[in-house]
Amino acid sequence: MEEEQNNQKNSRRQFLKKGLLAGAGVAVGGGLLNAYSENPSGESGEKVKVLTTNGEIMEVDKAKLKLPRVSIEEAHKGIPGKKFVMVIDLGKCKNARKCVQGCQKAHHLPKSQEFMKVYLLQDSEKTSPYWFPKPCFHCDNPLCVSVCPVGATFKRTDGIVLIDNNRCIGCKFCMTGCPYSTRVFAWKHYPEYDEDKEPYSPEASSPAKEGTVSKCDFCPDLIRVGKVPYCVSSCPMGVIYFGDVDEDTVTNGTETFKFSELIRDRAGYRYLEVLGTRPCVYYLPPVDRQFPVDRGFNDLDESVKNRYINTPYAKKHKL
Amino acid sequence: MENNEKQLLKEFAPQIERTSVQGYVWILFLLSVIGLGVYAFIQQVTKGHIVTGMRDNVVWGIYIVNFIFFMGVSYAGALISGTLHLFKTAWRKPVIRMAEFITIISLLIGPCYILLCIGRLDKLHYLVLHGRIQSPITWDVIAISTDIFGCFIFLYLAVLRDLANMRDFEELQLPKWRKKLYKALALGYTGTEEQKKRLERATNIMATMVIAIAIIVYSVLAWIFSVTLQPGWHSTIFGPYFVIAAVYSGSAVLIVAMWFFRKVYHLEQYITKKHFVAVGLIMLVLAAFFGYFTFSDYLTKWYGSEKNDELLIQLLFKEFYWPFIISNYVGVLLPLLVVGIAKLRTITNITLAAVVVIIALWLNRYLIVIPTLQSPYLPIQDSRPEWSIYQSTWVEWSLTAAGIAMFCLLFTLASKFIPIVNVAGNTQESNPDDVLV
Repeated sequence: MEEEQNNQKNSRRQFLKKGLLAGAGVAVGGGLLNAYSENPSGESGEKVKVLTTNGEIMEVDKAKLKLPRVSIEEAHKGIPGKKFVMVIDLGKCKNARKCVQGCQKAHHLPKSQEFMKVYLLQDSEKTSPYWFPKPCFHCDNPLCVSVCPVGATFKRTDGIVLIDNNRCIGCKFCMTGCPYSTRVFAWKHYPEYDEDKEPYSPEASSPAKEGTVSKCDFCPDLIRVGKVPYCVSSCPMGVIYFGDVDEDTVTNGTETFKFSELIRDRAGYRYLEVLGTRPCVYYLPPVDRQFPVDRGFNDLDESVKNRYINTPYAKKHKL
Repeated sequence: MENNEKQLLKEFAPQIERTSVQGYVWILFLLSVIGLGVYAFIQQVTKGHIVTGMRDNVVWGIYIVNFIFFMGVSYAGALISGTLHLFKTAWRKPVIRMAEFITIISLLIGPCYILLCIGRLDKLHYLVLHGRIQSPITWDVIAISTDIFGCFIFLYLAVLRDLANMRDFEELQLPKWRKKLYKALALGYTGTEEQKKRLERATNIMATMVIAIAIIVYSVLAWIFSVTLQPGWHSTIFGPYFVIAAVYSGSAVLIVAMWFFRKVYHLEQYITKKHFVAVGLIMLVLAAFFGYFTFSDYLTKWYGSEKNDELLIQLLFKEFYWPFIISNYVGVLLPLLVVGIAKLRTITNITLAAVVVIIALWLNRYLIVIPTLQSPYLPIQDSRPEWSIYQSTWVEWSLTAAGIAMFCLLFTLASKFIPIVNVAGNTQESNPDDVLV
């Protein structure tokens, strides 16, 4: 009996190595993590919060995590039966910037590149300003995908818009196509790029090569093992919810909601709906604030603070 | 060869046979400017695009401005020479070759600028290997390559008779290889009735084709911008607007080229004030069209004042005030006045107006590309100034200068290879006094 289980486990590992991992097979069962605990080299001491598909939170040593790397071909397909969605609660954001930092760290990004950006927005003079975390919207009608001349950026069945950096020629047309300024370009060679020694996969959190475009990828390698993206798990306020439209569930790691009810009850909306890009990221309006907007200016690096000094709000209040 | 053709060739022989000291200095100067461009290009390849002023917001800078500009200039040659040919405009003969050269040369330089915008030139072949027909860039690749092909055939047909003339002109003191080259290139054309008929028919077909292709090329170029949702770009008028702006800039370049070659090669006898006025009138009509399109485009943006359009227009009238005035006011009104008022119509004035038009049109493209990228839907919030405001660097300017130098160099070399004025058929009919205004 025990032997049989081992065999099963081994065959699963081989399955992973072959890069043919089908997400559906992974997203069930609580014993998932074991399958990825391949690193025998002891503990790094750094704990990562992990959400199992049962909705439980587990703390796991980072060194024990090995995320699956699917082939480029497989990365084009998307995880079967899934349609991912993100909900961002603007009432809770205080510009702690942990989502930005968590994402940058996990994706090995240089400091000059941010997949997640936090804007200070104010819709009009009399309306209230608010902090606006902005990942890629993974639009259902993505202009970036339409305009790409070589198919380097593509839309998957699970809704994720990804970039194949091996294919990207760096024409930057997608960057002008995206109305949300989501994409970043590798303007020079960053040493961070060299660290990744494994075979390339568009799903892996490896930094982009010089002269190619990259962006927020909804962390598909994490999703495959039933975890939420780094920005979600990094946020101390639980601002960002992630989930599946078909399952009608979103979670920020501590709370889980029915997506449809959350959107209905909290008047969820999509940013710049008028453009017709049909984003997969929803926002909950900045009501019942947990923090005054000014709190977002606390503990900021000078360089980050300077981003906001030219906003009408900061000018008015001399922040 | 007819007698008058021989006479003409005799006159043009010196410029083809010899290059003056000034000529060599000029070529050396151009080569050194190109050399600087090559150095800048090496910098960009080795250090990455970080050496340019382009960043994540303004992802395309003056490279794409130059691209639009040179493609526009090329279009002018195609349309002007094609139309003049089809309408058998009598005065075209002395200037049509220049228009054709402008077309081909700028068509060779223009696409190089789009390559400079591309991050990974090593994967350029993916455009063919993995090309997606849904992408306007693929449309552009198809359109531009067709255009280059078509324009080459058109130019070749246009110079064929003169290549034969050069071959048959024995007094020409040239190295043997040059004579052999003329012989090979002339394709055995001797001017029999049958050959004349076929050449005429082929040229007519190509003139028509070249006009159509050029319209497509320039519209596709405009669609690269207008298919996006960016404020200021997402405009239905961009296709025809770009076409008009292109011919407009080309007519101005033609006037400047006429002025230079007239001075340098002493063509006062062949290119007269009448020719300047004739091309000037084309420029005038195009100026009016260009002004009309510009006005329509900005009026609708300003009047409805959608939030982002309003921000864009504010930006244009604040940070870009002078470029905006020069390109969209001076660039329209000056040619209207200079060519429109008979008293002001001198060769110098028309040429000066043309120079202003060239600058204005370059600025016009700059104002289409950069301010839009500087005012995206989500406000740029960045503490790095170079990330929010585009500052072109020496690399970009060196490569811009190199492009212009290459244009001048190829033009100079072309004029050393074949008379810059059409020799074949340059008979009485081309005497402008009989035909013009």
